[in-house]
Amino acid sequence: MTVLGIENVSKSYGEVHSVQGVSLNLNAGERVALLGHNGAGKTTLMRMVLGLTPLTSGRITVLGMPPGSRKAREAIGFLPESVAFHGALTGREQLHHFARLKSVSTAAADLLLERVGLTHAMHRKIRTYSKGMRQRIGLAQALLGQPRLALLDEPTSGLDPISRHEFYDIVDDLAKGGSAVLLSSHALTELESRTDRIAIMSKGHLLANDSLSNLREAARLPIQVRVKATPETADSVAAQLGGTRVNGASVSLEVQQESKVSLLGQITGLGALVKDIDVTPASLEELYRYYSVPKQEGK
Amino acid sequence: MSTIAIARMELLIARRNMWVFTALILMGLFSSVLTLAGGAPTGTLGVDPLLIATTSITTLSVYLIPLIGLLLSFDAIAGEAERGTLALSLTYPLSRGEILLGKFLAHLMVLGFAVAVGLALTAGLTIWKYGSADLNYWPLLKLFATALALGAAFLGIGYTISALAKQTGVASGIVIIVWLICVVLYDLGLLGALVADGGGTFTKTIFPWLLVANPADAFRLINMPTDTVSTLATGIGAAGQASGFAPQLASLLLWPVLALTLAWAAFRRVEP
Repeated sequence: MTVLGIENVSKSYGEVHSVQGVSLNLNAGERVALLGHNGAGKTTLMRMVLGLTPLTSGRITVLGMPPGSRKAREAIGFLPESVAFHGALTGREQLHHFARLKSVSTAAADLLLERVGLTHAMHRKIRTYSKGMRQRIGLAQALLGQPRLALLDEPTSGLDPISRHEFYDIVDDLAKGGSAVLLSSHALTELESRTDRIAIMSKGHLLANDSLSNLREAARLPIQVRVKATPETADSVAAQLGGTRVNGASVSLEVQQESKVSLLGQITGLGALVKDIDVTPASLEELYRYYSVPKQEGK
Repeated sequence: MSTIAIARMELLIARRNMWVFTALILMGLFSSVLTLAGGAPTGTLGVDPLLIATTSITTLSVYLIPLIGLLLSFDAIAGEAERGTLALSLTYPLSRGEILLGKFLAHLMVLGFAVAVGLALTAGLTIWKYGSADLNYWPLLKLFATALALGAAFLGIGYTISALAKQTGVASGIVIIVWLICVVLYDLGLLGALVADGGGTFTKTIFPWLLVANPADAFRLINMPTDTVSTLATGIGAAGQASGFAPQLASLLLWPVLALTLAWAAFRRVEP
């Protein structure tokens, strides 16, 4: 079921075209990562979905309803990029306030405080919170009432590695509960295993929108294979496999997906000469670089 | 429900930010001092001591209530937009009208509480000093109700400025100018025109309406007794009574509606 429909959406501020002809759909239970440089148009796109910024052209629907409508807003949980709260309130008071606005019980809000690990600090004023703690309150308010669509703008900025891990666990639970999750991030490595689909924006255009494996296939970026031998045998291994010797005892090769299995067969054929093997597919970072550079600039 | 939730949070913030305390101290202190000292010039003549006190408090409230109203409201929209809390609030299922109304209710309660405490002190001190016999409480109640209306008008004006200015620094500067114009310069201007006119057409036909068009002056006129006390207190007031009670009341009732409508229209255009 389509939760979020974005059809050919554009946004211009005078001569500046922030978003141009973007189409993107999100289904229930799907986790989609929106990647792009600063100024690529990710935040503008999210603001249009929220109804905070009017569209120049195109159409957005949230569960079939126009963005910014009361029904659409009831269905959305949003975590802004640099989330801010009233410093004079305690974390619990602030979350209870948001719960009331969303007609969610304050008891449910307290459970969310526990879920994001803030129970110990909930009676403290928000102005005493660290950035990570504010981010957790932000996440908790976005989770209120299990939103059908969660929009998370740079959700892991300011979080330490352990907290990031916990954060993605929460996102997984949210998606398992049937929510569609759209999250933008700069931290590419953590997204690899944690999202179903990757959408890449650059200069207002959507340049890629597919699963990681499909993106890899389409990009045809070579797979890195590193064969570990001994200092004595490395040269002969390099000669037989056609790679280059690195670090004295290893051989590095690049291979396309379709030749990978035959190469592995060849390596196995070398028997005892081979001590170890590492096979690394193109990382999300490499894919991101590949897709985010517009084709007309030489790709 | 959302309006109540907003009002509830705003009250909490106003309490934490000491706004309630500040407003309370201002109104309480001035009301007490004026009540205790206000009777001095008239001695123990036959004039109702409560009337004397309310007249003094009216003169003071003309300055204080618009000031408190503007101080409570200038940050309401610009501050939230600047801190980034407005964008998040607007993604919740509630309208901008509900947000504005919630803030208004909370701020009016803060103001009303401060005025009520001030006037209660006045009543209490008057009874303590003169006894409760023959006191007429009507001026006190009228002062309270019209102070709320005056406060509401300036809250609305403050929200409008806050929405248009978009930055708290700019908004705070503008509200001080607006305050100065409404409670001081406007009257000075009129007074100048009166002197220049020398009792001609302007004085008789246009001036009373111009005076009543300013909510602060309408408040002053409505609370000033028409007899000699008002002549003692302010010359301009006596001349302005020509417009009558109904236009004064209409001005005080229409200004809050007009100012809040303007604030809502300005707030609707704010893109957080």
